[in-house]
Amino acid sequence: MLTDRSKQVVRKEMTWAEKAYLPAIFSGMMITFSHIFKKKATIKYPEQKRPIAPIYRGQHVLKRDEAGAERCTACGLCAVACPAEAITMVAEERKKGEENLYREEKYASMYEINMLRCIFCGLCEEACPKEAIFLTDRLVPSTFERADFIYGKSKLVETIDNPIDVSVRQTQKVLEFKEDKKHKHNRTFLDKINTIIQRH
Amino acid sequence: MEPIIFKAIVVGLIFSITLLVATYSTYAERKVSALMQDRVGPNRAGPFGLLQPIADAVKMFMKEELIPSVSNRWLFVLGPCISMLTALMAGVVIPWGGPITIGEQTFDFQIVDLNVGILFLFGVASLGVYGIMIGGWASNNKFSLLGAIRASSQMISYEIAMGLAIIALVMTTGTLSLKEIVNQQDAAYCNFVYQPLGCLIFIICAFAETNRAPFDLAECETELIGGYHTEYSSMKLGFYLFAEYINMFISSAVIACFYFGGYNFPFQHSLGIDGNWLSIIQFFVLFGKIVFFIFFFMWVRWTIPRFRYDQLMNLGWKGLLPLAIANIFVTGIVMWVNGDIN
Ligand code: SF4
Ligand code: SF4
Repeated sequence: MLTDRSKQVVRKEMTWAEKAYLPAIFSGMMITFSHIFKKKATIKYPEQKRPIAPIYRGQHVLKRDEAGAERCTACGLCAVACPAEAITMVAEERKKGEENLYREEKYASMYEINMLRCIFCGLCEEACPKEAIFLTDRLVPSTFERADFIYGKSKLVETIDNPIDVSVRQTQKVLEFKEDKKHKHNRTFLDKINTIIQRH
Repeated sequence: MEPIIFKAIVVGLIFSITLLVATYSTYAERKVSALMQDRVGPNRAGPFGLLQPIADAVKMFMKEELIPSVSNRWLFVLGPCISMLTALMAGVVIPWGGPITIGEQTFDFQIVDLNVGILFLFGVASLGVYGIMIGGWASNNKFSLLGAIRASSQMISYEIAMGLAIIALVMTTGTLSLKEIVNQQDAAYCNFVYQPLGCLIFIICAFAETNRAPFDLAECETELIGGYHTEYSSMKLGFYLFAEYINMFISSAVIACFYFGGYNFPFQHSLGIDGNWLSIIQFFVLFGKIVFFIFFFMWVRWTIPRFRYDQLMNLGWKGLLPLAIANIFVTGIVMWVNGDIN
């Protein structure tokens, strides 16, 4: 016996009062009646929100850099990392004069996350080498159409006037971890070549 | 004023009140169930969700109307109509308040005072099963048919106990007219004092007659999908559901009239008001009682789980029927000892 909570089942004959059921029904009704005045468990969602952790993994944001250019370089690592295959993108080469818009020479002209497929695991954020995508503590609101859950760049990229703060998720510790060459996944091709050269 | 005009007004009034109460019973049911389960219930449509029934009605009307091709079309449509008709018909004999004086004439606040009012009520209540039977049979669907069979056997079984409970009541009151019964309760105590057991049996049977939980085996979702209304959609389904709520309203009114003094309330003649004002207050008193019993119906529904079918039949035939017969005997003996009958 793992706990002391088990009870011996008694199969005794019911007494007359129990057979009449009415006292039992009456006490049951008193219980339901008392529940009318109990505190309700409901959280009236859009107006009232359940407290969530500061590092909650909710709707994604595509960050811009300090100058306001998009950080994403359409490398596709997030899409590869995504276990739910929720991310699709189309890459494009940056033209002359677009340097203020896109930080890297290659950028995502189309970037979509299907919020119905997404399981909010945060692997895209971990995979991103450019610190471009982050999960935030915003909840994805419900809508009536499936198509409305496919979020394009218009919904994902933060606006310049209204930057989304991700400092709680992008702490110094995380940044150091991402730089740490001890971990295999942080070594780039160049690192590999360097180690080979060093060895010989 | 012509009596016929007054009657027409009363009919219109009662009809609309019945529909209104039934509409808001659906809201109340959801609210009560929610409150008893520590939830909030409908609160989005209008203040406190008060427009919810209207939204429901719109939804019902907008739904696609399906008539299974293998069903008997005519009977399929007839089923909900009968249910609705019989549900509405029963309100005719209920006295809603004391007499009302307009000019020189005095009218009863009742549509008709049948001298066989109880029999009429009983007849109409038994007719109600036809709506369910026909609907379930015409659907040409096993689940519907099973639901219909359950409903009819249940209603027939419980009608007997109900009838016997009323016989004891008729013995003490000596009349079949509802107005008489209510007026007698003005002079003396309400009938509940004389017939507590009969009242209990009657209330239990009323639950069974209206097909409400714990006796809702006819629509038992877990076993029969929706029972007799599995195949129904749109407003035809709405009619069935609505008829249930109207039945509940009428049953509450009947319970109040039979056993709890109808529109009478204690010390009503020492208030210093009479005539029309008293009648109007009486109407609201009756209404309060009805609202309480509707709440009671819902309260029971959200407390007690559904009976198993054999338990239902056992309770009806082996429990309530002997009890009702015993009640008649005891009533008779007490009346004989008291010298009310010789
Ligand atoms: S959070 Fe997870 S599932 Fe969602 S897009 Fe990122 S990797 Fe895919
Ligand atoms: S979000 Fe990051 S990982 Fe995904 S494509 Fe852009 S740069 Fe690459």
